[in-house]
Amino acid sequence: MAHQILIRAKVAAGSTTVEALVQHPMDSGFIKDKSGKLIPPHYIEVIEFTHNGRIVLTGFWGPAVSKNPFIKFSFKGGKSGDAIGVSWVDNHGETASATARIA
Amino acid sequence: MRIGLVVLALLAAFSAVPVALAGAGPDPAADIKAFQGHFRTELPAIPLAAYVNGPYNFPGSGRAQWKQITEFPPYSFAIDSGKVLFETKFPNGKTYTSCFSEGGIGIAGNYPMFDPKTGRVVTLGVAINRCRVANGLKKWPLTKGKMADLVAYMTVTSRGRPIDVVVPNDPRALAAYEAGKEYFYSRRGQLNFSCASCHVQAAGKRLRGNVLAPALGITASFPLYRSKWGSIGTLVRRFIGCNKKVGSVPDKPDSAAYRDLAYFLTAMSNGLPIAGPGSRP
Repeated sequence: MAHQILIRAKVAAGSTTVEALVQHPMDSGFIKDKSGKLIPPHYIEVIEFTHNGRIVLTGFWGPAVSKNPFIKFSFKGGKSGDAIGVSWVDNHGETASATARIA
Repeated sequence: MRIGLVVLALLAAFSAVPVALAGAGPDPAADIKAFQGHFRTELPAIPLAAYVNGPYNFPGSGRAQWKQITEFPPYSFAIDSGKVLFETKFPNGKTYTSCFSEGGIGIAGNYPMFDPKTGRVVTLGVAINRCRVANGLKKWPLTKGKMADLVAYMTVTSRGRPIDVVVPNDPRALAAYEAGKEYFYSRRGQLNFSCASCHVQAAGKRLRGNVLAPALGITASFPLYRSKWGSIGTLVRRFIGCNKKVGSVPDKPDSAAYRDLAYFLTAMSNGLPIAGPGSRP
């Protein structure tokens, strides 16, 4: 629940568009909470998208990326029913992943 | 009374509907007709149901961006967490379904509701808190967090259904309605703006980078995910923000003033479809 990823992929004219909404606090480490204490940094470092197991996108993210990031990209190829996977690792070593089929 | 005169003058200016509500006391039905009629005359290009999309009916509001956002809305997580909250049992084994008619599904359009027992207006948030207290739990803050998530879920189950706020013929209900109306049209704060200054007189015009939403249908998209907030918030959260922006001291989230204002403002949009949760800049 806490680390949900919503993912959707569509194919049109030979290229697949992938959209994903990634639930993550993405704390930069520079924000203070109500009591004035710094909220420790907590952000995604690497995010990877795969198409039938082959990596199609690797993102090296950092503290500058917003909370609950949305990512959209497209790649050539792909057909309806193919598997799209996404996984990330954050600076605490936590991970999450999700899969979807191309619509 | 000066405020009453201002209200009258504004209403008279708004529409050709004769001002019948003057002497005879509050007449919500006539007010709704005049209110909706004003917008239909001033902005005839906008279909009535489209008013729920607020600023996106006007150029320069980033409509294309908003359409894209709606495909993968930022409030998705809030709805999911609201659903879990809604279905989680209280310590006594009951759930929120026990406190609402229709089991709490598809009823957001009936709120704010007048409660004849207490003689007060009950918004959906207040009703949720009452339910929590009745089942031995603590109240939640009415503005954001879990409350906004739960309201978001209960609203999404009501999407497309018409807003149907009833002002019964009860002197206390009419008084609450009248108080909300007075609040809406009264100028306040350092800037001396009323709600109507921006959302009626200047509806669709720009305030710096933003397009002002018309007051008609403005409540239909709440709770809102605002990019500025980076989270979802309720109508009360916006009331507080608006009050601060005009340089006045906001009321308490569960104050009678805000309940009555929500009562009046939502009633003005009667018949429009629920569109919440929405997203705004």
